[in-house]
Amino acid sequence: MAQEFWRWKEYTWRAPDISWTDGKIITGGVDVGSVSTQAVVMVDGEIYAYANMRTGSDSPDSARKAMNWALQDSDLTLDKIHYIVGTGYGRVNVPFAHKTITEIACHARGANYLYGPSVRTVLDMGGQDCKAISCDERGKVTAFVMNDKCAAGTGRGMEVFADLMQVPIEQLGELSLQVDKEPEPVSSTCVVFAKSEAVGLLRKGWRKNAVLAAYCNAMAHRVCTLLERISIQKDFAITGGIAKNVGVVTRLEKELGVQAIKPTFDTQIAGAVGAALLGKAIAEQEKK
Amino acid sequence: MIANFGYTDGSGEYYIMLDTDKCNGCGACVPACRAHILELRDNEYAPLAATKIVVVKDANRKRIKYDCAPCKPASAARALRCVTACKPGAIAHSW
Repeated sequence: MAQEFWRWKEYTWRAPDISWTDGKIITGGVDVGSVSTQAVVMVDGEIYAYANMRTGSDSPDSARKAMNWALQDSDLTLDKIHYIVGTGYGRVNVPFAHKTITEIACHARGANYLYGPSVRTVLDMGGQDCKAISCDERGKVTAFVMNDKCAAGTGRGMEVFADLMQVPIEQLGELSLQVDKEPEPVSSTCVVFAKSEAVGLLRKGWRKNAVLAAYCNAMAHRVCTLLERISIQKDFAITGGIAKNVGVVTRLEKELGVQAIKPTFDTQIAGAVGAALLGKAIAEQEKK
Repeated sequence: MIANFGYTDGSGEYYIMLDTDKCNGCGACVPACRAHILELRDNEYAPLAATKIVVVKDANRKRIKYDCAPCKPASAARALRCVTACKPGAIAHSW
C-alpha cells in the first residue's frame, strides 16, 4: 500500500510515578474533535494518563476507544473515575460524560495548567477550526473569537498538503522553512482552492518547500487577523495540532512580533486536560 | 467575557459581540432578532457559575453572513434590533 503521508502518529502515555489508589479525586476529560480525539485522566489534578487518536466516523465509539486506550495497562477502570467532562465538536457524543463544556473554556483552562498561569492569549489551531482566546491568571475566558467557517488554516488542511506533497505531515513545517526567499502566500486559504493553486505552482516548476512555505505563510496570516480581534497579550501560547508545525508557528511569531511559549508536552491534549480540571472543580463544588 | 461570533471577509469584519458580564439573562433580545439566531443557554464559558446567558445558536454560527444580512448597513442603516432590545447594553456589533 502506498504510504499515507497525512497519517500522524496516535499514541498513549501514562505517568510512571502516580498511583491512582492514593488519589482523592479522579477526573477525566474527553475532547472529541473533528480530526482527533483525546482522553485524559487526572488524579488530584495531575495527569495520570492520556491517549491521542484520530476521530472515526462514530463519535461515541471514538470517545470510548480513546478512554480505553488511556486506561490500558492500568487497573483503573472507567467506573472509578469520579467525574468525566466531554468537550470539542463531538462533546454531546461522549456517552460516559457527566457534563459537556465548550472547548473554548477547556482550552483556556488547559493552557493555563500546561503553560503556566502567565498565559493571557491562547490560540487553538485545531483540526477544522481556529479559536483565539483571552484568559486571566486562573484560566478563565475573558474574550474569544472563533472562526469555524471552513478548514482553511487548520490541521485538516495540513493533512491535505502532506498528501499532495508526499511529505510526512510531521516534516512539513521544517521543510517549508528551507527556502532562500519567503514566497508570496497562496492567495486562498480555502483548502480546496489552495490545493489547486499549489498544484499550479508545482506544475510551473516551483519546488516543494517553496509551495509549502507559501501555504504556511497564508495560514499564519489568516490566523493573525483572528488574533487582532481580541488584541494579543503576552504570554502567548498555541495549542492544538498545528502548534507542532514549526513552519506555521515561526511565521506566525514573525507576523505578530510575539514569541509563543515553547511547549514541553503534546499540544493536542490541552482541551482534554482543561476538561478534566474543570471536571475536578465541578465535582468538588458538588461535594460541598 | 466578550464572545465574538462572526467572520471576516474581503468586505470587512462582521462580528456580534456579546458581553457575558453585562448580560443578565433577561432574554429580551431573543424575540427581537427576526432571524432567530439568539438563544438563552447555561453559561458554558464559566461552568462553575450556574447562570444563563445569551449566545448565538450553534446552527447559526456559520451562517451569520446570511442570517444577519438584513441588518447590515447595506440593507438597513437603522438601529439594530438586538442591540436596542438589550437593556444592560451587552450586545454590540462590529458593523
